[in-house]
Amino acid sequence: MQKNNSKSSVAKAFSGIFRNQLFIPIAALLLLALFNFIMDPSFFAISFGHNSAGNPVLSGRLITILDNGSELAILAIGMTLVTAASGGQDISVGAAIAIAGSVILRVLCGGQVSPEHLQAPIIVGFLAACIVAMLFGAFNGVLVAYFKIQPMVATLILYTAGRSIASWINNSQLPIVNEPKFGYFGGLIPGIPIPTPFIIAVICMIVMALVLKFTNLGLYTQAVGINESSSKLNGLNPKFIKLLSFIILGLCVAVAALIKVSRVSTINYSVVAKDIEMDAILAVALGGNALSGGKFSMPASIIGAYVIQFLTTTLYKFNVRADALPAYKAAVIILLVVLSAPVVREKLSSLGKKLKSGTRVKEVG
Amino acid sequence: MQNVDFTLCEGEIHALMGENGAGKSTLIKVLTGVYEKDEGEIFLKGMNKAAVIRSPQDAQKLGISTVYQEITLCPNLSVAENMYIARGKGAGQNWKKMNADADKILKSLDIPAKATQQLSSCSIAIQQMVAIARAVDMDCKVLILDEPTSSLDEQEVQKLFGLMRDLKKRGVGIIFVTHFLDQVYEVSDKITVLRDGKLVGEYEIETLPRVKLVAKMLGKELDDMEEIRDDSLVYKGKDADETVFEAKGLQSNAGIKPFDFYIKRGEVNGFTGLLGSGRSECVRAIFGADRMLHGEVKKNGKKIKISKPIDAMKNGIAYLPEDRKIDGIIGDLSVRENIILALQVLKGFFKPFTKAQAYKFADEYIKLLEIKTASADTPIKSLSGGNQQKVILARWLLMNPEYLILDEPTRGIDIGTKIEIQKLVLKLASEGMSVTFISSETDEMLRTCSRLVVMRDRKVVGELSGEDLTQNKIMSTIAGGDR
Repeated sequence: MQKNNSKSSVAKAFSGIFRNQLFIPIAALLLLALFNFIMDPSFFAISFGHNSAGNPVLSGRLITILDNGSELAILAIGMTLVTAASGGQDISVGAAIAIAGSVILRVLCGGQVSPEHLQAPIIVGFLAACIVAMLFGAFNGVLVAYFKIQPMVATLILYTAGRSIASWINNSQLPIVNEPKFGYFGGLIPGIPIPTPFIIAVICMIVMALVLKFTNLGLYTQAVGINESSSKLNGLNPKFIKLLSFIILGLCVAVAALIKVSRVSTINYSVVAKDIEMDAILAVALGGNALSGGKFSMPASIIGAYVIQFLTTTLYKFNVRADALPAYKAAVIILLVVLSAPVVREKLSSLGKKLKSGTRVKEVG
Repeated sequence: MQNVDFTLCEGEIHALMGENGAGKSTLIKVLTGVYEKDEGEIFLKGMNKAAVIRSPQDAQKLGISTVYQEITLCPNLSVAENMYIARGKGAGQNWKKMNADADKILKSLDIPAKATQQLSSCSIAIQQMVAIARAVDMDCKVLILDEPTSSLDEQEVQKLFGLMRDLKKRGVGIIFVTHFLDQVYEVSDKITVLRDGKLVGEYEIETLPRVKLVAKMLGKELDDMEEIRDDSLVYKGKDADETVFEAKGLQSNAGIKPFDFYIKRGEVNGFTGLLGSGRSECVRAIFGADRMLHGEVKKNGKKIKISKPIDAMKNGIAYLPEDRKIDGIIGDLSVRENIILALQVLKGFFKPFTKAQAYKFADEYIKLLEIKTASADTPIKSLSGGNQQKVILARWLLMNPEYLILDEPTRGIDIGTKIEIQKLVLKLASEGMSVTFISSETDEMLRTCSRLVVMRDRKVVGELSGEDLTQNKIMSTIAGGDR
């Protein structure tokens, strides 16, 4: 009897695991890790040293993944909300990063190409970028929520125009910030060996977790994404909630832009954050969130973002040529997205159930 | 569902009865290959071995067609396109022939629609019939109608019955699933009753009077259904004469004529009239679900402004909408989240309930309303219709409203739950809640309401109370006969 119980509870746990949204992204992460471990255990080596400026620094491929995946993880937070509320995706985040980054440089350099000193405090530049990015988010949000335009089409406008707007903000110049402190956000803060972008990403995650815990953002967003008409009759304002999700994504864009610009202390309008929107959408899908909106899991999206970065870094390590990289990436991602699709998850978990009933029949017989 | 035998003869209308969750839908889904059967066999005429039905396509090939409660056609395609969609062989399509064929069938079945007409321009009843025509044309021998009449009015129902009788003459076997007892006795030849996933029995219609049928469905003898209202259920507070809610010249953008309305504390009143006469639009206007154009609204004698649902909710007004699927449930969310939603919205964005509080509320109402659910975390969409409705009811009761509007709360749910809900309404009123109750079934309204507002053609045409509350009087007022 006891044996029977334990067996069926194993099967139950098995089907439960498949149903859990976090299963696929975490499994993907572990598989990638395992693959790297077998190919070359030194992949996981983390060394502690000092960089040329004499500051302590941790280095290793894992640190690189955490560092480089930061912007994507931050964007995945906002993209998850937009997807859940509107049932569509924002494809303009890359272009919006160019705009926000351009605004930061414009404020910090005051229109000069390479000023000796900052023309404004960094915080002012960042806040200006926040406001501009949230305004552009609101622009997308109004098109989607109030004019009921398909999110992909609505954000296509900014996707197309964004990078020229970014270039226009700085009169097509490429300003350079000479203040070393500005480099802290995309590099290291002296004395702290962990890359700042990762610290910023973690702060964003904590803030989002707190917001989801202490407000009804999660419940409202899901309700609106699942059934707009019903949400309205429950006193919600679905249009505003959709708009809000786009504004929050705008904020995420501004933070990501600060990191991006800080990494190089300048900007290249046509290349900065290129194709990051696709990776952000993929992160949401990899997390097993329905791209048609509704229920979402924030941790799953964030892990999804790091899976993508892990994959990229792995491919680089194996010296895949830069121009062939997207093809390899696509092959792996197709597999992951199919596996994490709600339909497939359902099938897998019912497979687990069958296994369960199968064992029971055997024992009875 | 287990161990159910079911036999359908050629040219017979066979009613499948049972409460919600009795296994009617499951049986149908097994027959049509939506669910796979674990055990048992299905035989069809002219076949000496059991039929293999693994998918809806298999069922269709064998001549088993289903028309579901919710119309599953494409509203933005033409009638003919809907009839022939996904049936062509190869990629080519002869549009002219398709339209001609469609017209021929529509005509032979006496369906007043044109082949080229866009489906959404037809009434729901016609759309239903087009779905049947599609099934008939696919050379079906078994036609399954799952709650085909739930969104039709009396006249449309008669048209549908005409069509059903016509098909019966042609030798089609029809399985008819419905909650309306009258309709069962009107068209059916045989009745099969299911309860709790098991077969209760198969009966000739003559041998099973109505009361016995209900008893079989419920699995118990009926207490007197007719009189559930008595003196103990009348609100006797001192403020019983106070008007809780009053509207003057109210008009919304949903196309109703301006109307006046009031309700007193502890009163149960209702809007009656044919489907589409503007009953729902009136209460939607009160709740702010449609945009208010004109009029004045007072709550407890004080003038208030209701421009959206949240305004009404803040004033203690709750509204259970007519269409549970579209306006009521949030399908993927859990029973718990569905129950707390309205109160949560009222409480505010920055003050979420703790998990413990939410579970407490949910468990309390799951127990109180006897909601059948695996747990408070089960997604509401996996509950049966009646239990979904109870969850929505719980949502609004949790808000403890002063004035509760129930728009067709008993549609599409079983008799047992219907009576439960009626009793609950009367009990709430006796405790001082004002309730507006709308139902397509007049006997239900007569049992619960003490005053009825009668509507015709989107206009309030009369008000009945006291002695006037009889089936006949309501009918004649609706028809406008006494003018």
